[in-house]
Amino acid sequence: MIRYIWKKIVTALLLVLLVSFLVFILMQFLPGDPAVIALGDSASAEAIQEYRDTYGLDNPVLVQYLNWIKGIVFHWDFGKSILNARNVTAYMNERLPNTISIGLPGLVFGVLTGILVGILSAVKRGTWVDQGLTLIVNFFLGAPRFLVAIFGVIVLGLHFHLIPLQGYTAPWVNFGEYLHKAFWPVVVNAIYTTAILARQTRSNMLEVINQDFVRTARANGLSEGRIIFRYTLKNALIPVVTIIGLQMRNIVAGAVIIENVFNIPGIGQMLVSGVQQRDYFIVQGCVLIISMVTVFCNMFVDIAYGLIDPRVRKAMR
Amino acid sequence: MDKDFAKMQRDTRARNRKQALRIFFGRGVIMKVCTGVLILFLFTSVFAEWIAPYDPAVQNLVEKLQAPSAAHLLGTDFLGRDVFSRIIFGGRVSMYVSLLSGSFAAVIGIGLGLVAGYMDSMVSRGIMGATDIILSIPGIVFTLIIAAIMGTGVASLTLAIGIGMVPTYIRMVNGLVLSLKENDYITASRLVGQSERKILLGHLLPNAFPSLIVLYTINLGNAIMTESSLSYLGVGIRPPTATWGNMVSDAYAYLMQAPWLAIIPGICIIVLIISFNVVGDGLRDALDPRLRGKL
Repeated sequence: MIRYIWKKIVTALLLVLLVSFLVFILMQFLPGDPAVIALGDSASAEAIQEYRDTYGLDNPVLVQYLNWIKGIVFHWDFGKSILNARNVTAYMNERLPNTISIGLPGLVFGVLTGILVGILSAVKRGTWVDQGLTLIVNFFLGAPRFLVAIFGVIVLGLHFHLIPLQGYTAPWVNFGEYLHKAFWPVVVNAIYTTAILARQTRSNMLEVINQDFVRTARANGLSEGRIIFRYTLKNALIPVVTIIGLQMRNIVAGAVIIENVFNIPGIGQMLVSGVQQRDYFIVQGCVLIISMVTVFCNMFVDIAYGLIDPRVRKAMR
Repeated sequence: MDKDFAKMQRDTRARNRKQALRIFFGRGVIMKVCTGVLILFLFTSVFAEWIAPYDPAVQNLVEKLQAPSAAHLLGTDFLGRDVFSRIIFGGRVSMYVSLLSGSFAAVIGIGLGLVAGYMDSMVSRGIMGATDIILSIPGIVFTLIIAAIMGTGVASLTLAIGIGMVPTYIRMVNGLVLSLKENDYITASRLVGQSERKILLGHLLPNAFPSLIVLYTINLGNAIMTESSLSYLGVGIRPPTATWGNMVSDAYAYLMQAPWLAIIPGICIIVLIISFNVVGDGLRDALDPRLRGKL
């Protein structure tokens, strides 16, 4: 087991390193010269050269990459923003909690409702409850996040005045205000997790319900509730664990959209404005952090999966 | 006798085709509606110049933010442009982007996925490794970066979305090939001594074809989702070129006065994506019922 965990950790670290290299290389293809972006079009050639020298922009790409990654590994320093010379790490430290305050409740909420909806669909399979839920799930799988967010604002905000149109307050600043403002962004994030998990849980449940041990349990006269919760659910939820890990990706991707719709100062908004302003260090820092979150979440899920199910451990060795 | 056999084969094939069509359209009203929607949107985007009553780019500030009326079926936007015409021309852009980027991703992704799935070599390990690395970056983030590199405009966004979809394609095709190649007919053709090329193109590809068509259809919907999201974020296609995504984005500032400006293109996006998904689902059930719930 220890070996299995170590292997997972090493793989994840290697993956993050390779992702960081990919991101850095991609940044080299972004149009525009960082020095010109920082100093403006009217800057003199000398000033631009001086800037290039200070930040080592004339070094070979590999050297630049090694400098960047050294800073991150040894000092957790992601470099400086091109536009306002602010430390990217400080910038992200300020924004990451906001992203988490929207993403994490969305994930928890989405996982719980997703599993519940999936169980309900599976138990009531074939009835109008199941069909209705499936229809709703399919609708949300086809509706882009920004539209669900905006339509919600139109209906709940403009029409019923239940939610504010925009804005965000951190929970540690004013918790009541946070609940009011973060409600809809969290729900939008959760809806997608709910939809995906509901579909997965439903099909897993149906697969397990048809197996022999469930029939045996039924033949023994166990109550339907006991069969569902005690026997079926336990077996049906194992594959769902993997999906939960993948949902982290989804939540982070959601942050990119949702933070821009609601003007929430998080990592996703930082990334998009970084892309629009061609602020290389911001973009590569954000992408790396986002990828690290997804890679490490997958790692934890893999490890948890191995703990729950010994067969997986053996197969992955 | 040979003739009879050929005729019999032809008949079976025709029957299979008919059966597939029956299953496809037999799934009830939703399937018919969605197929109809796709045909309608395809028609309006091909004949946009003839259908649209106004030039989508002509501004008329006197008539700005008008509610839907007989003169302007869906009203006018904040620059007085006819929303109905912009919807039709925006639909053309969405269709164009999704068909082209989807086809690009399909060709590259299927090719690499087949190779990676079938051959057991450094090349295939390299392809899957690179796919794993790219998939560690959430799809929308990766596409966002590629779009920023490519620059704005319809052609570059199409390419960016196409590139962004390739890794998922490779992963899916790879999985498909891995399961297909366990079949006895592949082992048999290998034993007979057929070349790898022949096995790949002559056996694996045709057998994977039904699933690939389904994958392609569903990815067309995904492409529209990505296109509209990126255009909404202002990284994709910029005004004055109308797309449904940037129409919603433009309308957001006028949500109070004219909510329908955001609602109409939004509904178009959702309807188109859902139509692609439903038709994809229907195709799957018609072409290969075993795959139900797997893709």
